[in-house]
Amino acid sequence: MTDASPLSAEQIHERLAGRFRNLSFVPARAGVIASTIVPADQLVALCQMLRDDQALRFDYPADILGVDYLDYFEVVYQLRSFTHGHDVTIKCRTDREDAVLPSVTSIWPGADFQEREVFDMYGVTFTGHPNMTRILLWDEFEGYPLRKDFGIPAPMPAELELGVSYEH
Amino acid sequence: MSVSLRLGLPAPEGKLPEDWGLLPDEQARVHGKIALAKLNEAFAWARKSSLWPVTFGLACCAIEMMAAGIARYDMARFGAEVFRASPRQADLMIVAGTVTKKMAPAIKRIYDQMPEPKYVIAMGGCASAGGPYINSYSVVMGVDQIVPVDVYIPGCPPRPDGLIHGLMRLQDKITRGGKAVGSEAVSAVTAT
Repeated sequence: MTDASPLSAEQIHERLAGRFRNLSFVPARAGVIASTIVPADQLVALCQMLRDDQALRFDYPADILGVDYLDYFEVVYQLRSFTHGHDVTIKCRTDREDAVLPSVTSIWPGADFQEREVFDMYGVTFTGHPNMTRILLWDEFEGYPLRKDFGIPAPMPAELELGVSYEH
Repeated sequence: MSVSLRLGLPAPEGKLPEDWGLLPDEQARVHGKIALAKLNEAFAWARKSSLWPVTFGLACCAIEMMAAGIARYDMARFGAEVFRASPRQADLMIVAGTVTKKMAPAIKRIYDQMPEPKYVIAMGGCASAGGPYINSYSVVMGVDQIVPVDVYIPGCPPRPDGLIHGLMRLQDKITRGGKAVGSEAVSAVTAT
């Protein structure tokens, strides 16, 4: 067993910035956790370093999720190191019209279902993913429901709007 | 139709065994030992006392359904503790949870595989009418859109007491000869 030596988000960012350019650091403030924003073309190499670097050892992709900021999509990777006991949040932005990001399933097989869920809900395609299909919704579903422009689905039938009374 | 033990003949309608015209020694033999019932009522009594639910849960309501089955609430008191793993051995489907459009064909199929007579309880707000998922992209607005429902149980989720109350209302309905398919559904709130 290696000795655990947890790093702060700033220290992790410094270590990453030593090898990768064009990273930007968003410090923590009220309601916002610290994160590192990485360009899409460096994502896989950066994730490889996050997993394999002796001081980082992010061995667990705790959560991968999408956010629709109307101008662009952001995919958030929340990673955990069981070796050192520290966490990091990596964010990667992609164009809204042509939403494509590289898959990290080659680094963490556990990213498989999580990337499929982001694809299912936001329509972000992950290149290099072994099975880029819908996971929760059915294959015939049209659209991506968590996009802000998805709209309000059809209302429920009129006869079901009636008949519910909380008075006795 | 009434049943008689004597010579396999139908008993006179509406008469007590004493008035059947039995001989005194025959009367002494059957006294206190036989009961009369209409055949359909006897069957209804048997059915309501042994409702076997299909092992089947969709969401958090299923947790309450499981709680209703264990010793603390003990649905076995009402003869409904035998959760069957095959719909072919079950006669009650407790729809416990949110019915999504992706799940709906599977639910319909399980219902179709159950032998008649079969009964359906819609447990909780989701199975009754979609619950909080109004205008949802993936939720069916009540399981009664795909299968006929006998009893609706409100709650989010209903406590095990609520499920057992709904089960008793279903038993009342079976006692009254209510059929499952195509019959008028009763609400667990209003039925007394």
